[in-house]
Amino acid sequence: MCLAVIGRVIEIREPVGPDAFPQGLVDVLGIRRTISFGLLPSAIKGEYVLIHAGFAIQKLEPKDAKKTLKLLKMGLPRKLRSQ
Amino acid sequence: MVKKILAELQALADQKPVSIMEVCGTHTVAVYRSGIAGLLPKNLHLISGPGCPVCVTSESDLYRFFVLSRKKGVIITTFGDLLRVPAGGQVTPSPSPLPQGERVKVRGIKKEIPIQSSLEKERAKGADVRIVYSPMDALAIAEENPGKDVVFLGIGFETTAPAIAGAVLEAKRSGLTNFFLLSALKTIPAAMEALLNFPKVRIDGYLCPGHVSVIIGSRPYRFISEDYHRPAVITGFQPEDILEGLLLILKQIKSGKPKVEIQYRAAVHPKGNEVAQNLIRRVFTAGPASWRGLGVIPKTGLKLKAEFQRFDGQKQFKLPEGEIIKPNPACRCGEVITGAITPENCRQFRRKCTPEKPLGPCMVSVEGTCAAHYKYNA
Amino acid sequence: MADKITLGHGSGGKLSAELIREFLKPLGNPILNRLEDSAVLSLCGKMAFTTDSFVVHPLFFPGGDIGSLSVSGTINDLVSVGAVPLYLSLALIIEEDFSRADLKKIIASAARTAAQAGVKVVTGDTKVVDRGRAHGLFITTSGCGLIPDDIALGRSKIKVGDVALVNGPVGDHAAAVMLARNEFSFSGKIRSDAAPLNDLVNRFLSQLKTVRFIRDITRGGLATILSEVSDEMNWGIELNETAIPLRREVIGIAEILGLDPLYFACEGKVVVFVAKEEARKALRLMQEHPLGKGAAIIGKVVAEPAGLTILRTRISGTRLLEPFSGDQLPRIC
Repeated sequence: MCLAVIGRVIEIREPVGPDAFPQGLVDVLGIRRTISFGLLPSAIKGEYVLIHAGFAIQKLEPKDAKKTLKLLKMGLPRKLRSQ
Repeated sequence: MVKKILAELQALADQKPVSIMEVCGTHTVAVYRSGIAGLLPKNLHLISGPGCPVCVTSESDLYRFFVLSRKKGVIITTFGDLLRVPAGGQVTPSPSPLPQGERVKVRGIKKEIPIQSSLEKERAKGADVRIVYSPMDALAIAEENPGKDVVFLGIGFETTAPAIAGAVLEAKRSGLTNFFLLSALKTIPAAMEALLNFPKVRIDGYLCPGHVSVIIGSRPYRFISEDYHRPAVITGFQPEDILEGLLLILKQIKSGKPKVEIQYRAAVHPKGNEVAQNLIRRVFTAGPASWRGLGVIPKTGLKLKAEFQRFDGQKQFKLPEGEIIKPNPACRCGEVITGAITPENCRQFRRKCTPEKPLGPCMVSVEGTCAAHYKYNA
Repeated sequence: MADKITLGHGSGGKLSAELIREFLKPLGNPILNRLEDSAVLSLCGKMAFTTDSFVVHPLFFPGGDIGSLSVSGTINDLVSVGAVPLYLSLALIIEEDFSRADLKKIIASAARTAAQAGVKVVTGDTKVVDRGRAHGLFITTSGCGLIPDDIALGRSKIKVGDVALVNGPVGDHAAAVMLARNEFSFSGKIRSDAAPLNDLVNRFLSQLKTVRFIRDITRGGLATILSEVSDEMNWGIELNETAIPLRREVIGIAEILGLDPLYFACEGKVVVFVAKEEARKALRLMQEHPLGKGAAIIGKVVAEPAGLTILRTRISGTRLLEPFSGDQLPRIC
């Protein structure tokens, strides 16, 4: 019930209409997707957020986000990480 | 850091057995994948509760999904978790009485029909069933297929309910007329309370679901410590988090002062995500829900409010209502889900029920207790 | 010439001849050019022979296409038993209305991969089927090679104390194909690792004395392959979770969809078992090769638990790895 990932907000776009939710691009370990910020309208570019089912649900402090992201990366020497 | 926590756990452990229940499928998977169980002190038992929304979806709900998938012109959109879940049993016009003695009306079913299917099987027979990552993707599919009806199967707890509420609001805003929701959404705290009252289940403390709590905060769990005097610790999903959560529970047990604590401080705030909570309240109303293995628990189901009735798949397609499936008596998933028995206690485990030929959701779902036991214990 | 393949192209007449001639150009070699019913080869020694069918979709993905994949896949099967790959067959089942330009690209890609590996495509076949019967294109390749007399690889050669290495990050192929299918609108820079490994394998077979066994990691991923390797043996394999190389984007897609990257297919990776004494040398030899960057020692052969492959997790827990070769489903939960 609880699969959520940590991503960084790359950009947030203007909502398409008066009641529409803002949408934007997030980056999760190099994978990018457009998600909705309807549940986290105060999110801004550059922040770390928790993402579930295509929605940002919470903001995270950079140190907490980076700590968890570091735990996930394994086994590859740094110079190959972003090839 | 892990060594330190394990050492502290060992120091606190004594001969008295302690049973801690986690009620989140994602916790079950994290425990299994990190091999934590084997590192814990012998007296500490970690049990998996009904935290997998797929596992607790009733056979009758699943049957409604199958019926709908067979209708022409319908595109079923669903999270991947549901695809292989089997539902089996007898479709019956005379449902057995529900635990609280409630009887429900059944329309459209005239005789007993055996069914054993899954969405994957329906798809193989020609149903248009598509896996989506987000309920918003279902909206996009509806927009791209104006001649078809797109139904989203709403399973999940409070983590997912706001996202689904968001999709419904967006459907309303953009005037979509071919998008529908079949809600099997449930809320977890009342189920956690029901479990505390189950005679067969022993729970000395709760590891509370981390991401549900991101939404609802810590207040809804207060009854656990105040009325039932057990510790409740809201825990994250890395193995380090789970170990820390267990340690906090043991410390509370030792101190004799149970309370609701947040281990997952990075993401969970006491008030939760109020925007998300408001969205749930805006779109849904609480009603009874049928939990596989637990029966009907009042106020744990989320159904669309009157204002959003036009998005209700149940109404639109006149699906048979109520508890219309007499479940397969051989399947003991209900007892496994509530921690009353272990998979090994079930006679079908590893024999008639395997990951390739599952009888119930506990075996088919990645975080199902039986599937985890099957893989973990050689 | 028409820009689509028609049923006429498969019927053996003038159109077929036209198609074949056109494709001979990139693949051409003296044996194939004879266009006889069978290629006549002269082989002396212990021959390895393998076949594989390729039904990947989409047909084109970052890092390769069905053409390059079908050639490298079969070469790697031969390489895994210690054979020097020599000859391949290439049989195509083409769906009516398939783009001729795409077919040309795919054949060129297969030809390039074969040339790169020093392997000749000596015989082939094309069939065209009605619309809807072939998902665009299916390819079947068979291959043969010779195993040098001094090479005798096998599971039975593996001993307790031996070490397991992999030549680079796992799961790239499956992740690249997943992204290329674009079912969930994710984007990311992952390329399939599809590549023929004969040169890399030859390098360490010729320079190491204690290579016991090689397996290419294909469908089912590292976890499935190794649990099959250890199955019913009187030793087991213990993998070190933090040593298994994984690209961050592969971890990313796995995390988002709730999948396990240890079960992601590769198409350019092998796991190699060598004696402990040669482990460091084997690692160095791999890392010095262009297809071995990111190589790592990932585990060892243990006495207990026999017949199984276990993972020592990051927190030093134990997890049993069981085979799983189906499709993992994305999770919300």
